[in-house]
Amino acid sequence: MSAQPGQLPPFVNYGVMPLLNLVVAFLISGIVVWFIGESPAEALRTLLEGAVGTGEGIGFTLFYATNFIFTGLSVAVAIHCGLFNIGSEGQAYIGGLGAALVALTLGDVMPWYVTAPFAVVGAALFGALWALLPAYLQATRGSHIVITTIMFNFIAAALMVYLLVNVLRVPTAMAPETRIFAEGGQLPKLGWLLALFGLKIGAAPFNVSFLIALAMCVVVWALIWRTRIGYEIRTTGINPTAATYAGINYTRMVVIAMLLSGGLAGMMALNPVMGASARLQVEFVGGAGFVGIAVALMGRNHPVGIVLAAILFGVLYQGGNELSFWIPTISRDMIVVIQGLVILFAGALEYMFRPALARLFSRTPRSGEPAVAKA
Amino acid sequence: MTLTDFLLLLRDSIPGGVRLAIPLIFTALAGLFSERSGIFDIGLEGKMLASAFAAACVAFVSGSPWLGLGAGILTSMLISLLHGFASITNRGNQIVSGVAINFMASGLTAVLGQAWFGQGGRTPQLANEARFEPWEWPGLEAMDQIPVLGWIYRFIISGQNSLTYLAFLAVPISWWVLYRTRFGLRLRAVGENPAAVDTAGISVTFLRYRAVLCAGFLCGFAGAYLSIAQSAAFIKEMSAGKGYIALAALIFAKWKPVPVLGACLLFGYLDSVAIRLQGKSLPGVGEVPVQIFQALPYILTVVLLAGFIGVANPPKAGGVAYTKER
Repeated sequence: MSAQPGQLPPFVNYGVMPLLNLVVAFLISGIVVWFIGESPAEALRTLLEGAVGTGEGIGFTLFYATNFIFTGLSVAVAIHCGLFNIGSEGQAYIGGLGAALVALTLGDVMPWYVTAPFAVVGAALFGALWALLPAYLQATRGSHIVITTIMFNFIAAALMVYLLVNVLRVPTAMAPETRIFAEGGQLPKLGWLLALFGLKIGAAPFNVSFLIALAMCVVVWALIWRTRIGYEIRTTGINPTAATYAGINYTRMVVIAMLLSGGLAGMMALNPVMGASARLQVEFVGGAGFVGIAVALMGRNHPVGIVLAAILFGVLYQGGNELSFWIPTISRDMIVVIQGLVILFAGALEYMFRPALARLFSRTPRSGEPAVAKA
Repeated sequence: MTLTDFLLLLRDSIPGGVRLAIPLIFTALAGLFSERSGIFDIGLEGKMLASAFAAACVAFVSGSPWLGLGAGILTSMLISLLHGFASITNRGNQIVSGVAINFMASGLTAVLGQAWFGQGGRTPQLANEARFEPWEWPGLEAMDQIPVLGWIYRFIISGQNSLTYLAFLAVPISWWVLYRTRFGLRLRAVGENPAAVDTAGISVTFLRYRAVLCAGFLCGFAGAYLSIAQSAAFIKEMSAGKGYIALAALIFAKWKPVPVLGACLLFGYLDSVAIRLQGKSLPGVGEVPVQIFQALPYILTVVLLAGFIGVANPPKAGGVAYTKER
């Protein structure tokens, strides 16, 4: 079998291969568009114009990208420890509760720059706590983390609906959502940042969370590649047995990695809850946790790659909205199809072109393939 | 609500619980075949949704529920092949492949539904002949004379559609295939120790492909049940997490066929009780939030996984692609 050919040069592994996978995903999306009787070229033009054609479009694109940076980082940190955290979705949902509680209390009396740090901590803490039990069960009782985190997504959904309908809802209102946060509980928009480039933000909810997300990229990079704990996490991810033999505590590493992962997922809530809608609503996560898996895979679990992949998915989200607006036969669900195809080709089928590429750029085989999280 | 009312509600939830359990049974058995061969299947949800859509479309066009069922099964099996291609042939991540399948099914059914029928992702209402209709069994009045059996006969045994009876038939058949045939033995072996199976000269790849095809086949029934038996049209996102509940049931049943039936009936029953309890208050307890019942299958599964209700051992080679030694 032609399994695992020699190591590819970095520019192929990090550049050519993801790009190739992406192109195939887009080609198939184009076929779907053509199949329902619209022009793929026209659709692509509308999508790109909607996403990056105007200042407002770019604002929306970066707003969506912010969500995906957080969830992508969340998935990546877990993968570095050899864990597959499919529960970012639920952790982000519960993180929203943490952010909202801070915004509803502190936000009434303090300006935003005082509230924000507490909200970051609140969101991260709630998200991390939601990841704690699956982590602990994986580490000590061997319960498969993929399965427990899936279960926790659903438990989170049930819990949040209960809280929003029965506890947090404004008694006179019908909608299951909290009241609008006071000024101090909202994160300001980043109009000035876009204005630097001569762009107008318009109605886009592009806000301070984006900067927090970028800061987290730096933190994650430093933590994973520049600290002792990061080294231990990576060692555990590559070979848990060897790590244990070297004196690294497996339980401790799993719990730490999952707390970090859950915390990052929880912070994602800042963006939609405090940055855009200024209230906690049901299902505000909207699949961003799952998109995080694709973002982490495409970004090769590195913060720089994650930012780029997140922006790509941001373009898809915003462009897809515009697409369904201008070409009504293509419903908004087309974005979901494209996302699915990107996840398929960039994620599950990422090695499809590997043998061919390896033949093209053959180099002597080297041991130490980058670790891929066990499913 | 008095205690008597509550007990009556518990009883009246049984027939509904059975109906809600049917798609879970098919889907959990589908997962059983796949996971016992070592291929995790998160994409059950997507397969169910896609086959529901295909079944509704074909049943609408052809007017025949059986053709609809066939289309559902075919669609679901094609998706299984895709999952196999990604996770067996290309040794991709099985979870990621499943997530991708769920995204694509959710998106494509809505996009195609909107493009073809223009009803916001719904398919047109099916005529009665294009659906699987309930069978009325003979002698209902005569049986009513018998106290408990009469009730069971009228509300559970009679008045179900063909797919329901097939679901109950699928459980012993699955058991027989997995535990009494050569194929079943090999399938279970390949999920525990693929290298040993390979050494015996049996193709791991071919076995696993057949296992995921079995999963696709069974999932097709679940989807068809949703759109052309339980309801009379496909509705956007109509699988609504049932694929994941079936996955939970599969784990709760510790990857064994007969307990799968029990777990699915239990989860279906919980769902049925939750629907009837909505907005009612329990004697001595007060109003119980329905969300507790919705979350209960997942909570029970986590408790089980934590090792508090016996031990659940997943297939050992589950989720790991097999690489032949070179």
